[in-house]
Amino acid sequence: MKTSAQTEARRFETVVEILERYERDPSRLIPILQAVQEEYRYLPEEILAYIAVSLGLSPAKVYGVATFYGHFSLEAKGKYVVRVCAGTACHVKGSKALADALRKELGLEGKRKTTADLLFTLETVSCLGACGLAPVMVVNEEVHGLIEPRAAVAIVRSIREKEAADGGN
Amino acid sequence: MVVIDRNDGGGLDLEVVAAAHEAALGRVKRRIVVCAGTGCVANGSLRVYEALKKRVLEAGLSLAVEVDLQDEKKKDVLISRSGCQGFCQVGPLLSVEPEGILYTHVAEADVSEIVERTLGRGEAVERLLYRDPVTGQAKRGRGEIEFYARQDRRVLAACGLIDPEDLHEYIAREGYKAARKALFEMSPKEVCEVVKASGLRGRGGAGFPTGRKWELALRQAESEKYIICNGDEGDPGAFMDRSVLEGNPHSVLEGMIIGARATGATLGYVYVRAEYPLAVRRVRAAVEAARAAGLLGEGVMGSGTDFDVRVMEGAGAFVCGEASAMVSSIMGGRGMPRPKPPRTAEKGLWGKPTVVNNVETLAQVPTIVLRGAEEYRKTGTALSPGTKTYALTGHVANTGLIEVPFGATLRTILFDIGGGVLGADGKPDNAAFKAVQIGGPSGGCLTKEQLDLPMDFDSLGAIGAMVGSGGLVVMNEGTCMVQMARFFMHFTQNESCGKCVPCREGTRQILALLDDIIEGKADESTLGLIEELCESVASSSLCGLGASAPSPVLSMLRQFRPEFEAHVRDKSCPTRQCEALTPLAIDAAKCVGCGACARSCPAGAISGERKAAHRIDPGACVKCGACLGTCKFDAIKRGIV
Repeated sequence: MKTSAQTEARRFETVVEILERYERDPSRLIPILQAVQEEYRYLPEEILAYIAVSLGLSPAKVYGVATFYGHFSLEAKGKYVVRVCAGTACHVKGSKALADALRKELGLEGKRKTTADLLFTLETVSCLGACGLAPVMVVNEEVHGLIEPRAAVAIVRSIREKEAADGGN
Repeated sequence: MVVIDRNDGGGLDLEVVAAAHEAALGRVKRRIVVCAGTGCVANGSLRVYEALKKRVLEAGLSLAVEVDLQDEKKKDVLISRSGCQGFCQVGPLLSVEPEGILYTHVAEADVSEIVERTLGRGEAVERLLYRDPVTGQAKRGRGEIEFYARQDRRVLAACGLIDPEDLHEYIAREGYKAARKALFEMSPKEVCEVVKASGLRGRGGAGFPTGRKWELALRQAESEKYIICNGDEGDPGAFMDRSVLEGNPHSVLEGMIIGARATGATLGYVYVRAEYPLAVRRVRAAVEAARAAGLLGEGVMGSGTDFDVRVMEGAGAFVCGEASAMVSSIMGGRGMPRPKPPRTAEKGLWGKPTVVNNVETLAQVPTIVLRGAEEYRKTGTALSPGTKTYALTGHVANTGLIEVPFGATLRTILFDIGGGVLGADGKPDNAAFKAVQIGGPSGGCLTKEQLDLPMDFDSLGAIGAMVGSGGLVVMNEGTCMVQMARFFMHFTQNESCGKCVPCREGTRQILALLDDIIEGKADESTLGLIEELCESVASSSLCGLGASAPSPVLSMLRQFRPEFEAHVRDKSCPTRQCEALTPLAIDAAKCVGCGACARSCPAGAISGERKAAHRIDPGACVKCGACLGTCKFDAIKRGIV
């Protein structure tokens, strides 16, 4: 059993590796944050502070950048990030109905984007450039085109079933 | 990796590579190209690719998956992957050469038949051919399909045919000859001159002359200069840059090398949206291959010019497509624009001269340098020479990526290449055409009246629209223009960086007013207020995002004023898309008189005897729709009056 201090140390080791990869260059803050988010699926606050100190930047500057760009999240995201394209072509072809059906299926109300079990995060994204296949939904990296609300819900359900089965093993 | 012969200058011998590549292709009996663009991959083209390789080997045929210049053995089949072929809607696409057959909607299950019949006996599998949406006739290849035959593909000429990860194939199609010419035979000033003479204008939206931008950067007496390729294609409904980066990344790199020669830049950045993971990967691969071949780095192609390229992924901010915001983003800051002058060509990255060019603009440059300005001007119009790529989407039969000369009419694009507008039933019906949005959230809409307008920078600008990056979203009669105006305003409001007040607050207020219209809370004064606000935002915003944010609203208001008036005056949505303005009614034939709806109505607007058809009093109904969910018999509908 690892102690929490060891886990904590390991956490920062990865960040150090990322910082080294980008030569601790403050002008490469965005690629650094992208790499950190790739690793943790979000930007934990203490890591943002650590990055700021390491790059010689103020925490405010790092926080400013992290909150400016749409891709960065300061909250933990689900294991499966479901993105519904809200581009013009998808909008014209009914992406709102798609997003509504998924929100209902995932039981997300108000401003909540992530399910309580941290399995799914539902986001809308501005144009994935696959307009020929509108409406489009992306689950992590996998693109589903010309998708009906019912088929989208079925995909989410099959992931949930697969996860439940894996968890039972 | 092949050993590349070097000529006296120490550079890459392009002719030797091209000849070797051609000879290697000559050893292949047939070539299958599977589209591996974003659209086709989403439809499963990579699974088709894998299945095809397996089946070819099972059939006892010799297989190659890349062109190996040194493999002297003959091959029965070469299976390669291409970038976006543009016709995403009928993907996965697969073509067979030399027969010139194009297969559409190819699935794994079709692979055996293709191998047996097309590879084995040279015949086409009829059921996989494209069928004309109107006549139903099967078409064998690109030349017969209107969608391709009516285009003039130049920037896209090699997209979808070549393997984008094969540098040699790009070279075999005269690739990097223009860069060599610019580096060895022309002075920086001469490069600027030829681009200026060609009349090339920036394809990112505003249409600024590229040659003049380069000349301005060249004049700056600084030793450190930069060039940025703007691939932050954020307009919803546009994917031209994505396709070029995925399908022919070396053409963009070559354009950058020429731009570096013209301006004196020593470092370049390709800034690509992170929403385009495949484009990011292909550009990175192209940069590495070019560097390994001496096309980037110290002494490019054996010349005295040093130039290298870095790839940076965007992080999801539309405003970063603006040059000064992009500069700030590359330096690790918030992507906020700054007032101009000075232009970025004078003071950009780290205060040094920085040229920002769009992907498609750069991809046009090699042809201009190689063939000359006069040749380039033979296509397009006098003030907008050359071709333009458009992303054709929405309610149109053929969606996809197209390229036509400037000056082509909307009629040609929609009805010939696009195969016609789709009506409410999803069938081609040109009478159902309502509008097309051009230039995305910065552009305007065109209607039936503009079907014969030549599409170029100036004629579109004159009617309050713009070429923009080239997204064309087609809308049929069922589309509510107030909803569309709201859609674009919501987009820009969301993407406003917040630095200047007119854009930050103005877009928010315009959006709120549009919401009022949609929710039935507006009156006739609302339209005037929107126009007034739009004028202020357009004239006082800091950057192009704010300055053009009101364009879609103003353009729709101008073209579809009666539709807006119906919303505010009669509280009615002619297309029945706005829920709050669409009356509810009970279908007497389906209603069993259970009374569930009446109990749910907060306004007490539903009445009727038990077990007899109920009715909704339109005067009392608040159109909330609470009753809709309660009816088990599907008897309540919006819009039957």
